[in-house]
Amino acid sequence: MKVPVSWLSELVDLPAGMPVEELDAAFVRLGFEVEEIVRPPATTGPLVVGRVLDIEELTGFKKPIRYTQVDVGEAQPRGIVCGARNFAAGDLVVAALPGAVLPGNFAIAARKTYDHISDGMICSVRELGIGEDHAGILVLGQDGFEPGTPAADVLGLDDVVFDLEVTPDRGYAMSMRGIARDLAGTLGVSWRDPADLPLPAWSGAPAWDVTVADADRCDRFSMLALEDLDPSAPSPWALRQRLTQCGVRSISLAVDVTNYVMLELGQPMHAFDRDAVRGPITVRTATAGERLTTLDGADRRLTDDDLLITDDSGPIGMAGVMGGASTEIGDSTTAVLLEAAHWEQTGISRGVRRHRLPSEAGKRFERGTDPEVTVVALARAAGLLVEHGGARVVGAPVDVDTRAPRQAIALDAGLPGRIAGVDYTPTQVVEALEAVGVTVEGDGGTLRVTPPSWRGDLLEPADLVEEVVRFRGFDEIPSILPTAPPGRGLTERQRRRRSIGRTLAEAGYVEAPAFPFIGTPQLDALGLPGDDDRRRVVTVRNPLSEEAPVLRTTLLPGLLASLARNVARGLRDVALFEHGAVFSGGERAAAPLPGVDRRPDDATLAALLGAVPAQPWHVAVAVTGQREPRGWWGPGRPAEWADAVQAARVVAQAAGAELTVRAGERAPWHPGRCAELLVGDRVVGHAGELHPKVCETLGLPPRTSVMELDADAFPAPTVPVAPSISTFPPVHMDAALVVAKHHPEAELRAALAEGAGELLEDLRLFDVYEGSQVPEGHRSLAYAFTFRAPDRTLTGEEAKAAFDGAVSMATAGFEATLRA
Amino acid sequence: MGGRAEWLPVSGANDPYDPKQVAALSQEALDDALALGVAAFSNAADLEQLAAVRPDHLGDRAPLLLARRELGALPPAARSDAGKRLNSVLGDLKTFYAERLGQLEAERDARALAEERVDVTLPWDRTPRGARHPLTTLTDRIADIFVGMGYEVAEGPELEAEWLNFDALNIGPDHPSRSMMDTFFIAPENSGLVLRTHTSPVQARTMLDRQPPIYVVAPGRVYRTDELDATHLPVFTQVEGLAVDKGLTMAHLRGTLDHLARQLFGAEARTRWRPHFFPFTEPSAEFDVWFPEHRNGPQWVEWGGCGMVNPRVLRACGIDPDEYSGFAFGMGIERALQFRSAVSDMHDIAEADIRFTSQFGVEQ
Repeated sequence: MKVPVSWLSELVDLPAGMPVEELDAAFVRLGFEVEEIVRPPATTGPLVVGRVLDIEELTGFKKPIRYTQVDVGEAQPRGIVCGARNFAAGDLVVAALPGAVLPGNFAIAARKTYDHISDGMICSVRELGIGEDHAGILVLGQDGFEPGTPAADVLGLDDVVFDLEVTPDRGYAMSMRGIARDLAGTLGVSWRDPADLPLPAWSGAPAWDVTVADADRCDRFSMLALEDLDPSAPSPWALRQRLTQCGVRSISLAVDVTNYVMLELGQPMHAFDRDAVRGPITVRTATAGERLTTLDGADRRLTDDDLLITDDSGPIGMAGVMGGASTEIGDSTTAVLLEAAHWEQTGISRGVRRHRLPSEAGKRFERGTDPEVTVVALARAAGLLVEHGGARVVGAPVDVDTRAPRQAIALDAGLPGRIAGVDYTPTQVVEALEAVGVTVEGDGGTLRVTPPSWRGDLLEPADLVEEVVRFRGFDEIPSILPTAPPGRGLTERQRRRRSIGRTLAEAGYVEAPAFPFIGTPQLDALGLPGDDDRRRVVTVRNPLSEEAPVLRTTLLPGLLASLARNVARGLRDVALFEHGAVFSGGERAAAPLPGVDRRPDDATLAALLGAVPAQPWHVAVAVTGQREPRGWWGPGRPAEWADAVQAARVVAQAAGAELTVRAGERAPWHPGRCAELLVGDRVVGHAGELHPKVCETLGLPPRTSVMELDADAFPAPTVPVAPSISTFPPVHMDAALVVAKHHPEAELRAALAEGAGELLEDLRLFDVYEGSQVPEGHRSLAYAFTFRAPDRTLTGEEAKAAFDGAVSMATAGFEATLRA
Repeated sequence: MGGRAEWLPVSGANDPYDPKQVAALSQEALDDALALGVAAFSNAADLEQLAAVRPDHLGDRAPLLLARRELGALPPAARSDAGKRLNSVLGDLKTFYAERLGQLEAERDARALAEERVDVTLPWDRTPRGARHPLTTLTDRIADIFVGMGYEVAEGPELEAEWLNFDALNIGPDHPSRSMMDTFFIAPENSGLVLRTHTSPVQARTMLDRQPPIYVVAPGRVYRTDELDATHLPVFTQVEGLAVDKGLTMAHLRGTLDHLARQLFGAEARTRWRPHFFPFTEPSAEFDVWFPEHRNGPQWVEWGGCGMVNPRVLRACGIDPDEYSGFAFGMGIERALQFRSAVSDMHDIAEADIRFTSQFGVEQ
């Protein structure tokens, strides 16, 4: 809502010389966020109103040029060359005289052009910096100003316009009237209500025959008829200037007037060409399939929720949303029917969204207008059309008024103070309520409070509390820290998530959260088979990008895109991790939409919560380049499949879970370098090197390795039981076992541990050898054993027996031979 | 070069009854032997040389030890006298030797350590360093401040029931602010699901789940259909707080926000409120925080929204608004990160460039 201070000061007795900053602060205090304070760009030097006395058409140039004589209030008119053609002799214009500097440092000087001396310039709105219009020069009309009058006041060049953000609960503030009332209230000054208008003594029959068939959605419908309107009468400059300041384009007198009254009183209006209306008007809802061609030329199919203005020909307007083309006022319209109505808010909101027709009128109707001012607005508009358009009012207004009386709200006078935490006196409460226009009866304990007609949003005590606190101001609310009951701290799941993130970061991975939007091509790039469960996705109806319309079922597409972005930026050694929700798709029941007057019953609530898809918490890493950098100590170590598997182990350890690893096969991993990660019997994820084709498709460096697992699949951690620490000396022994390559090392190691028995304290693989020293298809695995007894110093024989037990287990199960 | 001790011939056995002087035990001879020993030990330049000359002066066949054998030849009185003198001299020489040995050992150790000197400025960044994203660490930090006050951290899904995201929070189907929320809707059209536009549905979930007293903080990702640019993100992070209890007031809300501001932005930080509108709170305010460390100088920075829980929301969630009141607040973590760490472009927060994130370390 744009609010020119000059207009405001006509309504509010602003303290003399009140600085803009104080107005700014007052608006903010009222809850109207100041988005911008607009001041016209600076103009200096002589800028005056001039009257065009004579026009000489110059020919022989590329375009038609005019040489004009302009009376600028001096003894002699000035000769000014002008390329525009939208003016006639007798018109008042704005002339910048030599020495003037217009916005954009545009200096005006007398200069020879088109064979004439141009002694100044006739200005357009854009050249003056007060609007965008540059189709022609600014014509102020034919009278109202004396030539030579300084133009700054006329143009509002010294005015300031506040652009206020009005929150959707405050429909009344979408008008000068509403803003003025609130401002006067907070400043404690008097104001003039522009709706407080003496209504003319209309007489005669009502302007039209009107029936309102849907009183629930229209409880007041008013109309007034005018005839003899001069369709070519221009809007006076004062009106156009205000519309311009408020960001509304001037169109014609009739349209400008209805827009002006809307800005002033907050009541949108519609003007019908009376001669085009066929028979009585009925306000009713549409029958599905009915059609209406709206003012914008669109042929619209209507639903049974659309509220219509109809005549004998059918729909002639969509109530509160947009008028119909058949009754549009045009260049030859001399008889108009003005309509001002009060519509039910949510119906308008639905209509605006259904037909995608947002408008200034719709914005006001869906926030709620003042039903009290429909006839006042008609009178105001009619007055302006009579004054500037030569029209006259015919007959009496139509006023179908079925409003219910407003209900009083019982308000405990102490409630505002109890909510704010401030001891407001009853007088302060009453004063604040009266400042917003509320009628208050009673004093002391319970107040009977009747909200004014323009405050349809005030329905409950809480709404009134808000107004009291807003008017008293937030600054007087003290700062007191409440005492919460003792809490439980973080849950195990929350602790675990943090622990996983911290552990991966400490292991050298950088957290890389990605947006969860992906597309089928990204799943294709991973080589997922057609029936892969990660292809069962949740689809967004209105995605930002058609390329990424679904929610991730795996973290890998986002993580690999982050990796590729880093690599593309010239970073070679990149290790990333992400943890976050993934979204499982598939068929499910729609979530119910229960009422909100009470808690939904348990079954409905269960259905509601059950309709929300599972969103398990996944963890993933991706690593490429050198995992350990080269340096003066020697060469680096390239990242490989094993790093990805190790990341999984690190995550499991952080989560307090025991992870087992076995060979697996799953896209997008290399079929020979994919580890399946298990907790117990349950597969929780995979790790290893990416399939070379995937690297190629995604433009990733070869051998990029990744891990992804479902952290929610880890069982709840158990409290660790402390081992007993033996202080007796250990016995260390090494063994190299030659074994066929197809045996997984983990299985061999498990067998060794089992065979070694209870004396084994630690078993560590320290070398893997494949080559000429071992038979074809075999490898040598070298282990370091640490044996220790809990209660005594081990003898060599005891240790040897345990060692032999381990080796014989390996021999029996894996045909392993001890290497000499 | 140390002089070698002069060879002193051993005397024959003394006749006990025939006292006579033994040359080797004369004070003069003892002093000479001491002087020679001291000279030899002093002249030894290192432990090797010291070890080499030691037998000549303190070995079994060194003059002083050979002289000891002569004691037996002396009559008792002379023996006692000569023995005392001998022991004194021998003691002095041994002490001198030990001192010299210590000295040379210290020199050797010092030399060895000097030889092992390294350039300690050489880099040793062999273990790669990772980092958590500052959104994560800042979120944790804020959650911790509330956990410290006794709050619990509540959670809810990002893909959420429309009813919980809107209706339960007093945002009816036709409420203008519903269309202002720039919501991502989920297919099919009647799914009743949205990507949550704020963390507020966690409020509703919490209140539907249990009765007051409730003190929770709910951090998480939220979604709006804004294109990514320098100041907008379609996916961003909020922290929501909710307290419902008997007798809670706006003063308690202010106290809570002021405390948070001081914890995060320093002792001078505080909040300033401006009336605003949120369907789920009434009265509602937007709040600014006074940030003394702003790179453009101390100033007020817009941060979040807050208010007293709307009684309509309490009713929809099964809490009696006549018995309980509550406050709620929410703020953007990206916004906080932006001014707290002087981030100028939201792209940096969203693009996962390791050069950005690494700056923040594991715990920022």
